[in-house]
Amino acid sequence: MKREREIRPIFTRRALLLGAAELGAFGVLGSRLYRMQVLEHGKYATLAKHNSINERLVAPMRGLITDRYGTLLASNKRHWRAMFMMVEAPDPAAVVTRFAGIVGLDPAETARIMRDLKGKPHYIPLLLKDYLDWRDMARIEVHATDLPGVFVDVGASRVYPFGEQMAHVVGYVARPTQAEAAANPLLALPGMRVGRAGIERVRDAALRGTPGIVQTEVNVHGTVVRVLDRDNGVQGRTVQTTLDAGLQSIAAQRLSGQSGAAVMIDTQNGEVLTMSSEPGFDPTLFDTGVPESVWKSWMSNPRHPMSDRATRGLYAPGSTFKPCTALAALEAGVITPQTRFFCPGYLKLGNHTFYCWDHYGHGHINVVTALQQSCDVFFYHAALLVGIDRMAAMGRRLGLIGRLPLGLPAVSEGFLPTSGWARRRRLVWTKGNTVIQGIGQGYTQVTPLGLATMTARIATGRAVEPHVARGIGRDLLHQDQPDRWPELSLDERSLAAVRQGMFEVVNTTKGTAYGARLALPGVFMAGKTGTAQVHDNTQAQEKANLSDATLPWKFRPNAFFIAFAPAHAPRVAVAVAVEHGDEGATAAAPIAHDLVTAALTRDLRAAPPGTVVETPAEASAGRSGPA
Amino acid sequence: MTPLLTDKTYRPYYERGTGIPAKLLRMNWLFVLACCAVAGIGYAALYSAAGGHGQPYATPQIERFFAALIMMIAIAMVDIRLIAKMAWPLYGLGLLLLVAVWKFGHVGLGAKRWLDVGGVHLQPSELMKLFLALALGAWFQRASHEQVGNPLFLVPPALTILLPAALILKEPNLGTAVITMSIGGAVMFGAGVRWWKFAIVLALVAVIAPFAYHHLHGYQKERILTFLHPGRDPLGAGYNIIQSKIALGSGGMWGQGYLHGSQNQLNFLPEKQTDFVFTIIAEEFGFAGSAVLLSILLSMVAMATYTALRCRHQFGRLVAIGISTNLFLYCFVNLAMVMGLIPVGGVPLPLVSYGGSALTAVMLGFGVLMSVHVHRDVEFEAADSQ
Repeated sequence: MKREREIRPIFTRRALLLGAAELGAFGVLGSRLYRMQVLEHGKYATLAKHNSINERLVAPMRGLITDRYGTLLASNKRHWRAMFMMVEAPDPAAVVTRFAGIVGLDPAETARIMRDLKGKPHYIPLLLKDYLDWRDMARIEVHATDLPGVFVDVGASRVYPFGEQMAHVVGYVARPTQAEAAANPLLALPGMRVGRAGIERVRDAALRGTPGIVQTEVNVHGTVVRVLDRDNGVQGRTVQTTLDAGLQSIAAQRLSGQSGAAVMIDTQNGEVLTMSSEPGFDPTLFDTGVPESVWKSWMSNPRHPMSDRATRGLYAPGSTFKPCTALAALEAGVITPQTRFFCPGYLKLGNHTFYCWDHYGHGHINVVTALQQSCDVFFYHAALLVGIDRMAAMGRRLGLIGRLPLGLPAVSEGFLPTSGWARRRRLVWTKGNTVIQGIGQGYTQVTPLGLATMTARIATGRAVEPHVARGIGRDLLHQDQPDRWPELSLDERSLAAVRQGMFEVVNTTKGTAYGARLALPGVFMAGKTGTAQVHDNTQAQEKANLSDATLPWKFRPNAFFIAFAPAHAPRVAVAVAVEHGDEGATAAAPIAHDLVTAALTRDLRAAPPGTVVETPAEASAGRSGPA
Repeated sequence: MTPLLTDKTYRPYYERGTGIPAKLLRMNWLFVLACCAVAGIGYAALYSAAGGHGQPYATPQIERFFAALIMMIAIAMVDIRLIAKMAWPLYGLGLLLLVAVWKFGHVGLGAKRWLDVGGVHLQPSELMKLFLALALGAWFQRASHEQVGNPLFLVPPALTILLPAALILKEPNLGTAVITMSIGGAVMFGAGVRWWKFAIVLALVAVIAPFAYHHLHGYQKERILTFLHPGRDPLGAGYNIIQSKIALGSGGMWGQGYLHGSQNQLNFLPEKQTDFVFTIIAEEFGFAGSAVLLSILLSMVAMATYTALRCRHQFGRLVAIGISTNLFLYCFVNLAMVMGLIPVGGVPLPLVSYGGSALTAVMLGFGVLMSVHVHRDVEFEAADSQ
């Protein structure tokens, strides 16, 4: 124990010495703190209040949205706005009242600001007034000393050069809700917007960008003396869509004044060239908030401008469904391309008579001619033989119904009835239900997008999937190879018969859409008309074969037309729907004709992703439209 | 001079329970409570740093703390004699890790201090401070008073200190290198190395310092110059220290109120959740709040010193004094830096600053300290007591 007796006292002495030194050091820290925090508090408090260097976050510029050539579909416009830093004013409410007196504020806006004064964190600048003109700015400058904490700042608002024409597909942005701003402090920054619909919503994350920091030197009045450092953050990425602004304008113009939709797909790669829905709405209004009167007028408009008919409009497709019935029957083997049915102008089933549109009848007729002349009776027979389940399965296979990875929010899947569905719904499914199913009436509900997809698949025999986003930044989202879609593995002879029928619809004098044949030499379009009744005509009207054109507008049939072209080497597929347009051949087919002609006579080669064309030459050319 | 603690309190170790429950009862729970209190204050500060949110700092940090707390208690159960046996292998491991950092380290903020091990950020210099105390403790464990007086006997421990210090300096991490050497010095001081030898070393440092200054990195020189003239570059290197002082001073006696510190909430201080976290507490809770935190930290240093004094074997005493010195230096360097007393030097406030590596290393050290406390009366080999 000798060692322990020697060593332990030394250790104890020295450890206590160290402890005393440590205690002393903490004492120094404590006294220093006391001096700074208690004795010199006044000096530092003043420094804190008049802290001359101020850092605040600024909202980044939102990414651009372009069409396939780089034409701007959504961009940003700078404007001046008055902001307010609450902490820099001794009495914030008084400053707001003075501001309202000097520059002029809506009473509702003043109420909103007063609410924000209490609710918002006091270190986030508050928006007092957007879109200042030079007069407002001059007034603020003159009264700067009366308005401590008020400063003028550059903000950005969203602009949509194509406005209503692209509103549904491009979408719109709006201020974040209070819940969103609370969940993500970055969204609380003035100027931040959230995509609420269309591409703006689906690609919101890419478009949003990274906020920047502004370092400013402020004087005792809180006025910015100079900007020391400005990091504008990183603008959101540019989203390139597959759309063609020129074609979209043509579609919008041809549809304008009516309610309808037009969808055009590049059959080779599934790129959506046009997706138009009329009537449209002004998407820029959402950026600042839609005025109540405008909102009410949209909501009360019987033509529902807010609804996107191209992806969410559900229609009974009428005769444009017949290619699907034909393919289902041919593939099931219940008919062959040579099978003929006799059409006397009607089909009697029990005590009910189903008329052909042509009450005089088509005589003996095969599938090609039945498509050409849109004979209903042929498809009544075909539907009875094949049954609804196989028709529904074919509709799903052709992309007429079902989920499509389009890249837009809330796309309707469409609906085709099946026997299982009827059983679950406890419906008494009669043969009559199946019969009208064969000509695209009854429970059938499909979107124009579904019709265009079906057309593209019939044209190519491949499972083409439409999509609207082509690239983000400089990255391509989809591969560009034409042959990447899997084969539908339909019998080539079945496809050939249906394509031949659709070819004859447009290019033979007896075809229902002969009037819409292309004027391009050597280029042919294949298509199918559709006219779907929305009103159950009375027996008397049926017998009188009353012209639908004499009916009131809302009882007139919906008009449809689907087409692909060139018929023997398909490049584009199109579907046009015109609500209450009366007849597919006269209301919808000419629009498809114009779109196809325009598409085939222009170079559809897209610019590399990330390209932005500042002067939208393409757009103005498109907007002037064809003669 | 008689020992402070007489043998009256002594009962042979074998008469005491050696099971886990008995060991748990022997732990210094007041110290554990103090740890939790400091971590709780840290949680509040980090919550405020995020503008009143648990994410991204406060919640992950408190989760890490509880994991580290369990680890600390587990280590406290390990027999101190086993730890003594492991001392040199651990020291070797620490050196290897430092070399690994030097060779393949992760570069952050211009310095290679980090090592990624299976996704975990590891700062070996933090571990090295503990391993150094263990190694020196093991070296002096059986040394007699005469041996300690022999200069040749002191050459190996001096090298033991200088080798890791040089590697840490190379990272470069001047602050941690100085702290590492100070810990080594404190252990050697406790072991009884003569006063005049320390005087010689300090004199040497004073002579070398001006030359060494020229070899400092640009940012290190900048920090020292800034410390000497804070107003020199108010927006550059001096910015942090000025803003930090304003934050402290504007706190006053009772603070600006929780979540209402203007400097903190206005984001005047970048990276305030790490090294400058004390400014949040000082600004929002005032002198009253910072004094409470200071007192708890001081009481922890005192408790660690008490453990060293109370221990009946030289290894435990030296290790405990090393760990208490580490805790003290951490707190002192960080607080003095925030108050503008010494140059800014990248030292976090233990258990409060955001960051997992420092927290884990500190709690590891506390675990060993608790093991010393639990095993304060064990007897090393019988030959020892002769």
